[in-house]
Amino acid sequence: MADVESCLKATELRLGLPGTEETTAAAAALPTPPSTPRGKKRDGNIAADEAAKKRDGETAPPAAKQATVFEVLTRVETTFVSSCRAQVVGWPPVRSYRKSKPAPAEEKAPAAAATATAAAGALFVKVSMDGAPYLRKVDLKMYKGYRELREALEAMFLCFSGGAADTPSVNPSDFAVTYEDKDGDLMLVGDVPFDMFISACKRLRIMKGSEARGLGSVKNN
Amino acid sequence: MTYFPEEVVEHIFSFLPLHSDRNTVSLVCRVWYEVERLSRRAVFVGNCYAVRPERLVQRFPNVRTLTVKGKPHFADFNLVPPDWGGYAGPWIDAAARSCMGLEELRMKRMVVLDENLELLARSFPRFKALVLISCEGFSTDGLAAIASHCKLLRELDLQENDVDDHGPRWLSCFPDSCTSLVSLNFACIKGEVNPGALERLVARSPNLRSLRLNRSVSVDTLSKILVRTPNLEDLGTGNLTDESESYLRLSSALEKCKMLRSLSGFWDASPICVPFIYPLCHHLTGLNLSYTPTLDYSDLTKMISRCVKLQRLWVLDCISDKGLQVVASSCKDLQELRVFPSDFYVAGYSVVTEEGLVAISSGCPKLSSLLYFCHQMTNEALITVAKNCPNFIRFRLCILEPKKPDAITNQPLDEGFGAIVRECKGLRRLSISGLLTDKVFMDIGKYGKQLEMLSIAFAGDSDKGMMHVMNGCKNLRKLEIRDSPFSDVALLGNVAKYETMRSLWMSGCNVTLKGCQVLATKMPMLNVEIMNELDESSEMEENHGDPSRVDKLYVYRTTAGARNDAPDFVKIL
Repeated sequence: MADVESCLKATELRLGLPGTEETTAAAAALPTPPSTPRGKKRDGNIAADEAAKKRDGETAPPAAKQATVFEVLTRVETTFVSSCRAQVVGWPPVRSYRKSKPAPAEEKAPAAAATATAAAGALFVKVSMDGAPYLRKVDLKMYKGYRELREALEAMFLCFSGGAADTPSVNPSDFAVTYEDKDGDLMLVGDVPFDMFISACKRLRIMKGSEARGLGSVKNN
Repeated sequence: MTYFPEEVVEHIFSFLPLHSDRNTVSLVCRVWYEVERLSRRAVFVGNCYAVRPERLVQRFPNVRTLTVKGKPHFADFNLVPPDWGGYAGPWIDAAARSCMGLEELRMKRMVVLDENLELLARSFPRFKALVLISCEGFSTDGLAAIASHCKLLRELDLQENDVDDHGPRWLSCFPDSCTSLVSLNFACIKGEVNPGALERLVARSPNLRSLRLNRSVSVDTLSKILVRTPNLEDLGTGNLTDESESYLRLSSALEKCKMLRSLSGFWDASPICVPFIYPLCHHLTGLNLSYTPTLDYSDLTKMISRCVKLQRLWVLDCISDKGLQVVASSCKDLQELRVFPSDFYVAGYSVVTEEGLVAISSGCPKLSSLLYFCHQMTNEALITVAKNCPNFIRFRLCILEPKKPDAITNQPLDEGFGAIVRECKGLRRLSISGLLTDKVFMDIGKYGKQLEMLSIAFAGDSDKGMMHVMNGCKNLRKLEIRDSPFSDVALLGNVAKYETMRSLWMSGCNVTLKGCQVLATKMPMLNVEIMNELDESSEMEENHGDPSRVDKLYVYRTTAGARNDAPDFVKIL
């Protein structure tokens, strides 16, 4: 029951996961439909979804050995990722036309940037952290897995996490690393295999404060 | 009346503007039926599967304006799987065969193919207006066909469609002889357009009143265009990202447009553009800044505070409660407000809460239409809003976190929404959210007598909730429910009601296959469509009567019988 409760608490803070067992199970049972109506995209998403489903049965990713700020995230993922993985489809009720409106600079740029970065072999994405005055960029190709990525993020943003010098013991349950995928949806980092994550990730966001609080509450159980 | 010549009867009917009235008179007697159908100029089909296209065009051969709607509303939020249906083809085919006088076609949430547009372009010599809203399936090649062949085209209005971009050629397909354009909206076209072709088209369209450009159009091109359109009433800008010098040219061009009342676009607007819009603000009645996350609260308020005649405002929630207070004190004529959620990454920025809504309600007593996405709400706020604005016709509130209770008391929001339905006696459309029990449905059923459309998400405790609505809301036409605990009991509690409604959508609820089968058996004039996205759709046929839960259910009345274009994952009982 504790797991389900922490599951519920965690989902409460996600963008749209409902708080009942029933709907959580229902949501988990539903494969995520594509965000465009076209058939082409649908196949891609189903493949991603099936791969993700397979992963539920696999062994959990190795937990961070060091006491990093984001250590709890790994534990959080492994304990409830299989039951509370699914993001609520179609919530909030905003037309997909409205959601998937990248800037034309970005729209032309991915074509240009993709060729440029593909040539260079780098995959830079923006990383924002709530409350930080500026964003950073990381090259996702530099990291072999989630652990390395987390360590890098921690190193980059530790200075912003509530005045690290004064309060060294930052509460890990106050952070959550999320990313925006190709469809414009906000996803929790860690659900899918790392290389799949890399291909889908468009930018990263580190959430802190009240929005992230519940995600760390698993640690307290 | 039967002694009157038919021309007189027809003339009398011409004073009946409402479809429902014309439908009624056609039932009186055979003569009236014939007179009515032959003189009918506009037909509205709310559900493309409710009637066969062939039947419709045979009955109304002289129709000039045809409006057809396809997919259910929740398709906007990806709840309807792709390839579900809603094809425009059969409608255009049928009209091409029987309605030579067709002048206007309006379609919403339908799948329109290039070949359909090509047939459309060639089939109707007097074709004047094409309006496509939230449609998909076509490319700019289809638009090229329309541009090339519709010699009398007045209106090409493309709103929020998903259009495949095959290059800028289409705009150049308007022949030099085409000078009749009144309204051109291509804001949803993703690719570039040829600025020269656009300028030339505008230059030879002296009747242009509404022009909505897409993102690719620069400030410079916009300036050049505006010099040619002094009578423009509605403008959707291109991108507003250029350097300041371009804005000076734009400013002087805008000054010439004394009739400009409505503004939209503002793609990627940089804050430096804001002061150049000021001269227009005083006259604006409509302003859509909802695609502009680049303007923050202070830019927005600087602009909006000058828009004292504003009636319709669409913004993002980065305007914040403070910004809404500015709206409330500046825009006393406001009738419609939509506040959309911003990109979720605008970290740490202020959001909108119940405070913003209360401020608007007290400053803008004429408010009648609301779509409000917010992070939290309270019963007290909703009660205040209801008292301040009893004229709501549309009230759609979306609290971003499902099942979120009153932010102060932690109670369900039943009281608040109850006050809305009680005070707003003319309420026709309602969307509810947050933590809600069966109590709110009691109030909706009791007071929502004018309610035509109700959207429910993550609400209610038991079947009683849905039953209150089904039994109480006399004028209910569309009911859409997601992720709420309503089961077969509610589904079957008032089956006769479905005949009086356009449609019912239920997804993520507790209806079962058996319940749906019972419904289909009891009500043969309904199509009961179930969609389970699992591949085991064939399993369902084997397990006849399997009480397995139905993922998605769409029920609608129809005279057309089961449709023959349903994909594999749709089972029609």
